Amino acid sequence: MTAGLDVGTPQAQSITRDEDVVRVRQLVRTVAVAIKLSLVDQTKLVTAASELARNTLVYGGGGDVLVSVVDNGRRRGVRIVFADQGPGIADLDLALTDGYTTGGGLGLGLSGARRLVDEFDIVTAAGEGTRITVTKWSR
Amino acid sequence: MDRVPVLKIGDTLLVSIQVDMEDQTALQLQDDLAERIVATGCHGVIIDITALDIVDSFVGRTLSSIAAISKVLDADTVVVGMRPAVAITLVELGLSLQGIRTALNVERGMELLARGRGDGLPLPFDSDEDELTATP
Amino acid sequence: MALSADESARLANLLGQYGDQIVKRWTDNVSSSLAGRLSTAELSRQIQELHTSLRAALDQRAVGLFDEVAVELRAVLSELSRARARQGFTATETAISVFALKDALLEHIDVSGAGPEVMRDYVAFTGLIDEMGLLTFETYANAREELVADQAEQLLELSTPVVKIWEGVVAVPLVGTLDSARAQVVMERLLQTLVDTGSPYAIIDITGVPAVDTQVAQHVLKTVVAARLMGADCIISGIRPQIAQTIVSLGIEFGDIVTKASLADALRHALRLQGIETARRTGRREA
Repeated sequence: MTAGLDVGTPQAQSITRDEDVVRVRQLVRTVAVAIKLSLVDQTKLVTAASELARNTLVYGGGGDVLVSVVDNGRRRGVRIVFADQGPGIADLDLALTDGYTTGGGLGLGLSGARRLVDEFDIVTAAGEGTRITVTKWSR
Repeated sequence: MDRVPVLKIGDTLLVSIQVDMEDQTALQLQDDLAERIVATGCHGVIIDITALDIVDSFVGRTLSSIAAISKVLDADTVVVGMRPAVAITLVELGLSLQGIRTALNVERGMELLARGRGDGLPLPFDSDEDELTATP
Repeated sequence: MALSADESARLANLLGQYGDQIVKRWTDNVSSSLAGRLSTAELSRQIQELHTSLRAALDQRAVGLFDEVAVELRAVLSELSRARARQGFTATETAISVFALKDALLEHIDVSGAGPEVMRDYVAFTGLIDEMGLLTFETYANAREELVADQAEQLLELSTPVVKIWEGVVAVPLVGTLDSARAQVVMERLLQTLVDTGSPYAIIDITGVPAVDTQVAQHVLKTVVAARLMGADCIISGIRPQIAQTIVSLGIEFGDIVTKASLADALRHALRLQGIETARRTGRREA
């Protein structure tokens, strides 16, 4: 599902505070611009990153983000990994449902972010943290 | 933490968001606006987001809250200047900005507020087959 | 490597000694194959240029087409085949422009009564000419591919004009089949035009769209919702009877989106909304 080799050095950003979410957005935008994603695709990816970074902070109690450029031979893309050591997600299907929230938000973070990217992969279990990998390919 | 300035122009408060806001900044703006509406007695709020290159669910929710709070304080809110890429992304995200009125730019937003505070007659929306008449 | 250094020298010699005759014969051969679709003056100039650059390369003892000293020759060949591709000549016609040199050369080499070394020379010369022909083929194919890609892009531009048809009203007449990629281009361009012109009304006319499937309908609906988020209203016009049936049978919900029979009706509607607004100064209420 997540084929393609890493190109260049991945860039890391830890998320421990509110302002780190802004830093993640800026980092993702810089990389998206560098590989010439279209304006709409940049906007979609940065928005998805913002949702997921906030989730990492609010639900995961903080964590790390890794942004890298990937190449599958035909196209280039941006891959972002969000990892936390938080409580994990017990019922994944429920968490991916539009409008479901435990944090008082709109419940669009996870499900919405999934619609904004090309590939979305999530590994989680109760008590074992959460690791979400998303990829957006250039057209 | 940056603070978003709130300007008063006549009967309207104008907020032009120029920075990539932290969540706290957005919440602070919500508080500031509520205070300023009460303090100034303004009946209109225009939030210009021309400079925002993304609106995520948190900012979207804050905008909805501002609109709702303003309504309670007898002020109308119009969000203006949303970029096409942002609008497309919001649609995909599934965020509908419930209860928020929008306009293309500040000028149109001002018009919308002015009309809203006007005689308040409901518009007869019978639409269909009327002849095109020259309107004075 | 097509030639040895000696062969290269002998071919250069041949091209120099009989230069004018070879160019004339070469030009005549090509001219007859192109059947007058290229002016004699232009053709002569091209062949002369080829001859000159080939000779220049051989004078520097080029032993093959991809020799360093043959860079000018390759450029001339590429330019020739690019021009041919854009002018609509076939690949064969383009390659003949090079291969015709063989016949022209043959007139000045006595093959029948000659010894094996003359034969070897001729084979070596034709080997070089074959390389040249192959290069024109390859450049020709590339040029055609570029041409197709350019045209596809132009078609996309052509097929999605967004025009301001009145103060405050822009329209996009959609023509032809809408695929996802095109629908996305239309969506982005329409929304950008709303911003650029400050127009609060957009008319999406689908008179020229032969069929609508769920995906296309979704794209149109998303455009309408996005426009609303930006503070503009969309009107959809020109829905044909069978498309209306499709929309209903697919269960696509158009909700409160305004639809009109024709572009004219849609424009009238948009003008009325604007006219009433400015005349009566009452608000258009939004949920």
